[in-house]
Amino acid sequence: MSSGKVNISWFRRFTMFWVHNLQQALGSLGELTRNPVASMMTIFVLGLSLTLPSTLYVVVKNSQAVTSGLNDAAEISLFLRKDLTASDVETFAQRMQLRTDVERVEVVAKDQGLREFRELSGFGSALDYLQENPLPDVVIVFPTAEFRSVERAQGLLAELSQAREVTSASLDLQWLERLQALIRLVEDALGALALLLCSAVILIVGNTIRLMILNRRDEIVVMKLVGATDGYIQRPFLYTGFWYGLIGGIVAWVATALLVWWIARAVAGVTVLYDSQFRLSGLNLQELMVLWGIAVGLGLLGSWIAVRRHVAAIEPR
Amino acid sequence: MIRFEQVSKTYPGGFQALKQVSFELNNGELAFLTGHSGAGKSTLLRLIALMERATIGRVVINGHDLRKVGRKQVPFLRRDIGMIFQDHRLLLEKTIFDNVALPLYIEGYTQGEARKRVQAALDKVGLAGKERHYPMMLSGGEQQRVGIARAIVNKPPLLLADEPTGNLDPKLSMEIMRLFESFNDVGVAVLIATHDLGLIARMKYRTLTLKQGQMINDGLAHEPQHEEGSVL
Ligand SMILES: Nc1ncnc2c1ncn2[C@@H]1O[C@H](COP(=O)(O)OP(=O)(O)OP(=O)(O)O)[C@@H](O)[C@H]1O
Ligand SMILES: [Mg+2]
Repeated sequence: MSSGKVNISWFRRFTMFWVHNLQQALGSLGELTRNPVASMMTIFVLGLSLTLPSTLYVVVKNSQAVTSGLNDAAEISLFLRKDLTASDVETFAQRMQLRTDVERVEVVAKDQGLREFRELSGFGSALDYLQENPLPDVVIVFPTAEFRSVERAQGLLAELSQAREVTSASLDLQWLERLQALIRLVEDALGALALLLCSAVILIVGNTIRLMILNRRDEIVVMKLVGATDGYIQRPFLYTGFWYGLIGGIVAWVATALLVWWIARAVAGVTVLYDSQFRLSGLNLQELMVLWGIAVGLGLLGSWIAVRRHVAAIEPR
Repeated sequence: MIRFEQVSKTYPGGFQALKQVSFELNNGELAFLTGHSGAGKSTLLRLIALMERATIGRVVINGHDLRKVGRKQVPFLRRDIGMIFQDHRLLLEKTIFDNVALPLYIEGYTQGEARKRVQAALDKVGLAGKERHYPMMLSGGEQQRVGIARAIVNKPPLLLADEPTGNLDPKLSMEIMRLFESFNDVGVAVLIATHDLGLIARMKYRTLTLKQGQMINDGLAHEPQHEEGSVL
């Protein structure tokens, strides 16, 4: 029965396979211009959906860099019991000074504290009516470099607040701690958000490809009747998904760059006030490539899911 | 080439379109398939082309028992069957060339490699020079011939035609039939489903007749008296 068939060598088949793939790839690029509105919308949804997580990523990356350089601010204030004598305070301060995790200790005696308060607060003479000094003695502890990170300083704080002489202790790092908690939150949210948006992208690409398949139903039926395999019919649609990802990835680059530029301007306003050298860094080459890869991957995955379900479902009748 | 053994086809819903049909069509044989509307002609052809599966019985095509053919092998079996439809099923946005070349593209030919064969096929059906036209620019008869060119372009050993002359005038019908004859002359097996009893009678080929799903006659057609006046 194959007498009437041409026999083509495997080598020719192999080269033809690639020539054909290239033709189909370019053909499906032309296909995008046949459905320009649907294609543009899908490409933009894909690109813009990736822009949000990638911009958040840039923000998180930069704030991690900032906060890791900000730890020096750590200092622990220890408020002492009021029944301690001046010499008790002195002994306690010396004991603190001897600790290996403490670099330096500063004592703010209650009298000195009151004096400072009187000068700074402007309550002045009102304070003269007080029977006794309401302020406690305060010992300010500066941890050594290794103990200045939030976690370490926190541990030190917990330990020192256990001391007999101490009524309460506070760490001056709370704002930093809150910032880091916030960054962690954004990091966690980033993962979830990225996952959600990627699923949305897959669904949207899948749906666009599904509509394209259904639009070409008659053509697919004819192709199946003359012996086309599902794989042959699927290929141009997969290429369409590939192009969506490729172009959508570029949209994501541009949009992310714009957003980062926008944020950088806002940040520049703040850092000028703080006389900081800080500059916002955008996506580097490797990260751009990862973003592109993700975009192409999502485009392919979306079209693959659509094609798997809908090309097989079309049967000639 | 084609062998039916006690084949029955029941459509979902319970309608029995074919009842215990048995026949055999040899390599290089030409036969007509006829019967009233709804007799099951199209159903029989669809069983051969794997567009439907037999409910009971065995269909053997080119030595393949179709019960044993899986989904994945269906396209490869179809490549050995040239199919011609009454509504020709051309791709309207594609040129005549691309329409005819479709079976070749599917087998991995590039446009350049397909050219010679496409031109030969179009020559054969008398449409040389229309490669760059679109189906809508052709008459019904010409469109039908494009469908035939597509069916023969990869030289399948079997041609199936379902009402290929359905809406053509008698002269054109005859031309199309002669075309099938010429393919048969070079060894292609041909099975043509048609109502056109007058045409069948004049061609003197084996005729399979279906009636309500049963094969009631297998032999030369006898031209009915009352049809005499309606032909020509
Ligand atoms: N998909 C289907 N589902 C249910 N019944 C069907 C289906 N296809 C065909 N039939 C029924 O099977 C019977 C045979 O149909 P078939 O198309 O084979 O007839 P035919 O001989 O080709 O008729 P015609 O000459 O009108 O084309 C008809 O009664 C038809 O209603
Ligand atoms: Mg029919």
